[in-house]
Amino acid sequence: MRNYLFATVSLATLLSVGAAQADSVKVGVLATLEGTYTVLGEDGVRGLKTALGQIGNKAGGKDLEIIIQSTDASPDSAVRGARKLVEQDKVDIVIGPLSGSEGIAIRDYSKTQPQVTFLNGISGAQETTYVTPSENFFRFNMDGAQWSAGLGEYVAKEKGYKTVATIGEDYSFIYTQVFGFALGFCANGGEITERLWVPLGTKDFGSIIASLPDDVDAIYLGLGGGDAVNFLNQYQQAGGDAKLIGGSIMVDGTVLNSKGDAKNALIGTPSSGPQADTWDDPKWQAYVKAYQDAFPPDQRFPSPSLLGTGYYNATNAMAQCLDSVNGDLSDGQKAFRACLSSLELDAPNGKITLDKNRQAIGTNFVTEVVELGDGTLTNKLVKIVPNVNQTLGISEEAFAKIGLPSRDVPECKTSYE
Amino acid sequence: MTAFIDRHPVWSFVIFILVAVLIWMVFAIWPDWLTGLIGRKKIFLNAIFNGVTLGGLYFLVASGFTLIFGLMRNVNLAHGSLYLLGGYIGYIVANYTGYWLIAFPVAFIVVGAFGILLQVFVFRKMEGEDLRQTLVTIGISIVMADLMLWIWGGDFYNINPPSWLSGPIDTFFVTGIKRSTGEFIFMTYPIVRVVILAASIVIGVAMWLLLNRTQIGMLIRAGVDDRDMLSATGARIQLVFVGVFAFGAGLAGMAGVVGGTFQSIAPGEDIRFLLASLVVVIVGGMGSITGAALGAVIIGLAEQIGSVYFPTYAVVLTFLIMVVVLAFRPQGLMGRAG
Repeated sequence: MRNYLFATVSLATLLSVGAAQADSVKVGVLATLEGTYTVLGEDGVRGLKTALGQIGNKAGGKDLEIIIQSTDASPDSAVRGARKLVEQDKVDIVIGPLSGSEGIAIRDYSKTQPQVTFLNGISGAQETTYVTPSENFFRFNMDGAQWSAGLGEYVAKEKGYKTVATIGEDYSFIYTQVFGFALGFCANGGEITERLWVPLGTKDFGSIIASLPDDVDAIYLGLGGGDAVNFLNQYQQAGGDAKLIGGSIMVDGTVLNSKGDAKNALIGTPSSGPQADTWDDPKWQAYVKAYQDAFPPDQRFPSPSLLGTGYYNATNAMAQCLDSVNGDLSDGQKAFRACLSSLELDAPNGKITLDKNRQAIGTNFVTEVVELGDGTLTNKLVKIVPNVNQTLGISEEAFAKIGLPSRDVPECKTSYE
Repeated sequence: MTAFIDRHPVWSFVIFILVAVLIWMVFAIWPDWLTGLIGRKKIFLNAIFNGVTLGGLYFLVASGFTLIFGLMRNVNLAHGSLYLLGGYIGYIVANYTGYWLIAFPVAFIVVGAFGILLQVFVFRKMEGEDLRQTLVTIGISIVMADLMLWIWGGDFYNINPPSWLSGPIDTFFVTGIKRSTGEFIFMTYPIVRVVILAASIVIGVAMWLLLNRTQIGMLIRAGVDDRDMLSATGARIQLVFVGVFAFGAGLAGMAGVVGGTFQSIAPGEDIRFLLASLVVVIVGGMGSITGAALGAVIIGLAEQIGSVYFPTYAVVLTFLIMVVVLAFRPQGLMGRAG
């Protein structure tokens, strides 16, 4: 019996290896499946699998062989993962990474591997495509600053906030988010009084909370994952009652679906990002349904997070271009890359095209957290901002003068032109 | 105490001055030049208090770790996993019964029982083989981390404290004077952290009493000093081992409930708390309960003060302390040489 089983298993293995060699495209995936961004990475993978399910795991007449590699949001773990995928597994295409600083590291790594095409997962640091972009690195999601488009104007004009203090994790993606927020907020007469930065993975915010200024109209929170949950929990315990403004991953499904009461501090918080859960667009609704059908309710969020959507879009972009070149990846994947560069991706969260740096131009959404009848939280659509490019509508020269996002860039000014 | 002052008069004087300055800073109303120098008093007081309460949590985890090491020479690298397991169990119990307090004994008993299983079925089989035990505990921690990820997923779990414990209370520390009316402004502080601190002090004192004033404590201390001689006198050392391991594991489990209440429980926390307890016992001295308490408070304070006054280097500070201690007092602050 055992021998028989063994033979069957070996045969099956041989067969699958044979099939893989004959006609398949190897796709490596980088996602944060460890550390403080674990839940975010898991939903990224769900987005990927939703897209793969819709195309039956095939594109351009070839089977897609998927290899998922875990990272922990640190640049070196991303590079280690990418090296394993590229140099050991010999993948043709890499989808990923998820987190901001990982993206910068993978852009640099992609330059050393010109034979492989990299499609960004959902990492959103501005530098990744703005500074020394890489020929074979494509980003079908907007960066953190683009995700902030419209938010600064909304809180300054509609909410009437005049002074804001920001608190954020000390790395590239949050710099980019605060950058985008500050540009809109300051241009509409707002003032940022203080910017506090905490290390990624901070668990005890007690002292940070005490040092938050109490004479501002609102506090901007640029935290994500476990850090966001810990902050909200301790903020409530400390009796904090300031008005809040959320960064894109602060009010994402990953935080809104955490267990416990901490998240309730977010009800009514304005935010912005590349999607709004309640958008009634038929394409968006169809995508949400596909996501819901692909996984049983206890193994997914009520609706996809922006991370899931990012991986979903990247996978679809890859599949569409593989189709249009009939799976032909010869000649250094030339035809495939040309297709990606000129693709107009009809994504569920609005049409996406790429600029000359292979960076997405797309639609942004201003949202507000609301409580649904069953006690779950979701992001209600407030405003749609179409055609957001990387320079946020500012001319290229003026944008370059502002400088790269960092702890204290940009300066708070009423005009950047 | 007097012996220390006699031996190190200069150091005693320095410590005395520092303590006096600290007490003055906590109780006095700060003059303007001091506020101008290091910021508002509210921030400073909060950093000190948070450091001490965080130290309380670290102490709960590290005391079990150091006790097990002291007695069995077993560096249990699965200790962080016990913490995480306790947190998840605490969440389930608190959520199901609606009583936060019940989570503590249940987490203590379940994780303690798990500790007994580990001791009886794993560590007893390889007694005295330090390296093998250490490697096996690494393996166990990896397997446990994956099992817990499989059962509870990667979500963040918050254990909700009862309503009488949520929110802040007024303390009697004055942080300033209102300019308009001349009234004192008192500091408000999260009540749950005060309770956690009080609980860790009670547990710490109880442990000290148990070790120093009871017969069981005598057995344990004798075992720490010379295990072979103790077993030669006819003491049932295996039973002591099992008891201490269960107790240490149970403490880690309870700490998980505490951690889940004022922070959150998620994959990765096991490694973080293992690292924290390692640093705490290296600074405090392997095998010493007082050392664990001292180390925990120092590391807690370093983290919190660092996060406010020099956030960029806060992470380094903890390890800097460890390096300094290792360089000048390799056996730890309270550890015994040899």
